Amino acid sequence: MAPIVKRNHWVVRLTHWVNVVAIVIMAGSGMRIFNAHPAFARPGERFPLNPWEGRPIPEWLTFGGWLAGARHWHFAMMWLLVANGLLYLGFLFFHGEWRDIVPRRGDARDAWEMLKFYLFVRKDHPAQAKHNALQKSAYFAMPVLAIIIVLSGLAIWKPVTFSFITRLFVNYKWARFVHFVAMALLLLLALVHVFMVFAVDPYSLRAIVTGWYDRTRSPEARNARPFYHLFGPAREPPASRELPPV
Amino acid sequence: MNVDRRRFLTISAASLGGALLAACNADPKSARKLLSLAEHGNQRVEEGLFRHTAMNHVPSSAPVAGASFPKYMISKTTPIWDTAARGVWRLEVAGAVRRPLSLTLDDLMKLPRITQKVDHFCVEGWNARATWSGVRVSDLARVAQATDDAQYVDFTSFDEDYHESWDMASAMHPQTLVAYGMDGYLLTPAHGAPARLHSPVKLGYKNTKYLTRVVFMPKQNGGYWSDQGYEWYGGT
Repeated sequence: MAPIVKRNHWVVRLTHWVNVVAIVIMAGSGMRIFNAHPAFARPGERFPLNPWEGRPIPEWLTFGGWLAGARHWHFAMMWLLVANGLLYLGFLFFHGEWRDIVPRRGDARDAWEMLKFYLFVRKDHPAQAKHNALQKSAYFAMPVLAIIIVLSGLAIWKPVTFSFITRLFVNYKWARFVHFVAMALLLLLALVHVFMVFAVDPYSLRAIVTGWYDRTRSPEARNARPFYHLFGPAREPPASRELPPV
Repeated sequence: MNVDRRRFLTISAASLGGALLAACNADPKSARKLLSLAEHGNQRVEEGLFRHTAMNHVPSSAPVAGASFPKYMISKTTPIWDTAARGVWRLEVAGAVRRPLSLTLDDLMKLPRITQKVDHFCVEGWNARATWSGVRVSDLARVAQATDDAQYVDFTSFDEDYHESWDMASAMHPQTLVAYGMDGYLLTPAHGAPARLHSPVKLGYKNTKYLTRVVFMPKQNGGYWSDQGYEWYGGT
């Protein structure tokens, strides 16, 4: 097989970068909205699950300037986020690429092997398909979290009109908490994702911009751990054998 | 494949640039235009989704906020109706109506009373429960015989110049009350005495306290917070 392959379809690349913009603005404005009342307890109640009740998020992490401005950004950008998410999930479904991220039997064991490799317990990089098992679970968790975020978002945007959605999360207070925690988890996964791109597979940047990927420089080919063999030599593609004589 | 690559480099560079630009200034003119477009679109969606059958349900066992219920006003001190200076408090129901009303608190309390435990959703993100007693705005509209011109309702207060106007559908929701009682007692000045607007279908800032006038109108006339940049619709 050719060493340079098309790794990411244009729909995946487009939705990935639209997502970067949409999520940054959604999370930033969401945190600004949160700062108007940086607690989950109702007035007069307590909320022991949040050890930082009442403590706002640093302003430099927020977006939108003030509560009303942040709300306008949030309720405008949500359409882009949802449209983009539907395009991505629709593509994944109809193009069959959901197979690259939906968990299957054996993934837990493979993820364990990956972890062992990263922790130097295991010498060689486990064999993988498009993604390794840890990546796969992260890339699967992201859309799942996004769906939870959108549902809990609808639950707190329209707690009366969509009271049937709000009730999925018990009530408004808990829906708001779920919305916040799911956002925090999604941001955490995104940060880990960016870290791993630069620490393990910088060559994948090309694949998410132009779509092309050099398989001889894949982490599997380089036996790369975070920061190890970061710029290791490309491995020669396996030599072709001469045709046997007839 | 070069075109492809160039296209995506351009797109990603443009979107990243846009995000950076937006991060530097969250409210440039072009963004404001886009945001107000989105607000209008959202309002149309919200009005389309609005149903009088979609109600706020608070479990009967749920505790009310009681003394912790936030007290909010524009004036520096709690507005109190001064009977000596202004005469007996009356609620005017006027505008696009065939029978304008001028109701004393006693008159108001003679109209059908609704008592409901509902949420109060603040734009800041908290919600608080209380049991409100009062008259449905839809009953006031019925008694005053609102005309077909009544497409919007303005709720005016004696708390400085505070007022907020509503779309007719939200005002006619069965849980939208002119409330004079809270948790079984007459309203206290901190919560908008003698009467206030209260409904779970709109955010707190749309629920005018210290109510004096209910005016039915063919057009909306903004409101205290709506004029300062908060969504006019403010629906839940």
